[in-house]
Amino acid sequence: MLDIQDLSIRFTRYTFGLKKKETCVVQGLDLSIAPGQVMAVIGQSGAGKSLLAHALLGILPRNARVEGRILFKGKPLTPERLSALRGREIALIPQSITALNPLLRVGVQVARAARLSGISKKDTPTTVNRAFSRYLLQKEVATWFPFQLSGGMARRVLTATATVGMADLILADEPTSGLDPTTAREALGHLRELADTGKAVLLITHDIETALQVADMVTVFCAGTTVEVAGAEDFKGFGQLRHPYTRALWNALPANSFVGTMKPVERTSNTIGCPFQSICNKQDATCGLSSPPLKHSGNGRVRCHHA
Amino acid sequence: MLESRSLAYRYGRQRSWLFDDLDLQITPGEIVGMSGPSGRGKSTLAKVLAGYLPAGRGSVMIGGRPLPVSGPCPVQLLFQHPELAVNPRWKVGKILQEAKEPTAPLHQDLGIESAWLDRYPHELSGGELQRVCLARALSSDTRYLLCDEMTSMLDALTQAHIWRITLDIARRRGLGLLVISHDTNLIARLCSRNISYFEDTTMH
Repeated sequence: MLDIQDLSIRFTRYTFGLKKKETCVVQGLDLSIAPGQVMAVIGQSGAGKSLLAHALLGILPRNARVEGRILFKGKPLTPERLSALRGREIALIPQSITALNPLLRVGVQVARAARLSGISKKDTPTTVNRAFSRYLLQKEVATWFPFQLSGGMARRVLTATATVGMADLILADEPTSGLDPTTAREALGHLRELADTGKAVLLITHDIETALQVADMVTVFCAGTTVEVAGAEDFKGFGQLRHPYTRALWNALPANSFVGTMKPVERTSNTIGCPFQSICNKQDATCGLSSPPLKHSGNGRVRCHHA
Repeated sequence: MLESRSLAYRYGRQRSWLFDDLDLQITPGEIVGMSGPSGRGKSTLAKVLAGYLPAGRGSVMIGGRPLPVSGPCPVQLLFQHPELAVNPRWKVGKILQEAKEPTAPLHQDLGIESAWLDRYPHELSGGELQRVCLARALSSDTRYLLCDEMTSMLDALTQAHIWRITLDIARRRGLGLLVISHDTNLIARLCSRNISYFEDTTMH
C-alpha cells in the first residue's frame, strides 16, 4: 500500500541577513505498510514521527524540502497526485478535538468530510448516518458542538470524520494520548477494525504498550531515522529485539526495569558513524567509521553493524 | 502532613459536586498514587490542593494550618503539558527565576544546561521543558509535589529518567508526592499506596 524509501526532510532557514542554513531533521527513514496491517511508529519526541505524517499529507511548511521515494499503491506520490489523494484515499485522524471547527456542529463537519472525500450530495446523509451508528454515536450528537463531547466521544467523532470516505490509508497521530485505559482500548479497537476491513493503518505513538495492543508490525524511529522494524511478537521475548535503542526503550517501561538515560540520542550533522555508539555495549571500531545501513534480519529490519 | 478535610468542589452553583467529602492525607516522604477515568475531577482536585482553585466546601491543611495565601506555596503542581505551564514569551532563564533561588546543584541534578537559559520554551523538547518546570517547582519551600500526568507525553526513556531524578530529590528532601496517572504500571512501580476515590465506575 505504502512504501517509503530513504526519506529525508530538510528545513532551510535564514541565519543572518540573506545567509541560509539547511537543517536535516529526518534522514534515512524507511517504512512500508501492507493492506490489512496496523503499522505502529514509535520513538522519542522529535524523532520525526509527526513530520512523516505531515510529509504524507503534503502539509509541511514551505521551507521544507522532502527527498526520497514515496510509493503509494505502487506509483510515486508526487505533489500533484498527493493533493488529489489526500482526504480521499489518505486520511488523517488528528490528535485532538482542536482539529475540528469549534463553531460548527459535529454532524455538519462529518458531512463536509464526506463531501470532500468524493461522496455525492445525495448519498452524504446516509453515509454520515452509517458512520455515526458504526461508532455508536447517538443521532443527537450530530447537533452538538465539539466542546460538548467527552474525550472518548471526541475520538469517535474524529475517527468517523476520517473514515466516512473511502480512504485506504489511515494515519492516526497519537490517538490515545490523554485517554484513560478503557477509552484508549476502544479507540485502538476501531483502528484494528479498520485494518481488518483491508485498510492500512499507520499508528503514530510514543507509547509502546499502546502500540503493541493492536499493531502487527512496529517501526522504531530515533533521531529522524528508522532504527528497527520488528514484529509485534518480537517484544514478547526480550531477546528478539535487534537494536540497542529498542531494547533500552523496552527496558525503560515501568512494568520492566524502569531505567532511563540522561540524554536523548541526537544526530548532529557532523557525527560520523553510528549515532548510538554512546549507549551501546557492543560498540567497537566499525561503529565509529560509518553509519550502518538498514539490514534485513528475520522478519524485520535493523540498522546496526552487529545485528 | 498535607491533608484535605471533607473537601468538595463544583464548577458553578448549578453543577453537581465533582467530588465531595474527600479526606486524604499525604505524609512527608510518602508517594501516593491516584488513577481513574477521565473527567472525574482528578486534575481539579490537584488544583484545589495546590491552591489554584478555592475549596468549595471543606479545607486543605498543611501541618495542621491552612495553605498560605501569599509567598511561595509549599504544594507545587506539575502539569501534563509543560509548554502550556510556562510563559511562551519568556526565556528559560526568566522562567526559572520565578522560583525563589535557582540553585546550581539543583540544575545539575536535573541536567539543565546553561545554554538553555537563553532559549525560548518552544526551542526545548518536551522532556527538557518538563525538567525546567520541575526545577521551578523545587524551590526550598516546596514540601509536596503533585504530579498530574507529568510524564504521559514523554517516551519511556525520558519518563524513566525524569522519575529517577524526582524520586531521588524527593527522598533527599523528604517531599510528599501525589502521582496522578492513567498508567497503572507506573503507579505500581512508584507508589506505596493508592487513593481509589476516583476509580469507581459511577459518577460521584
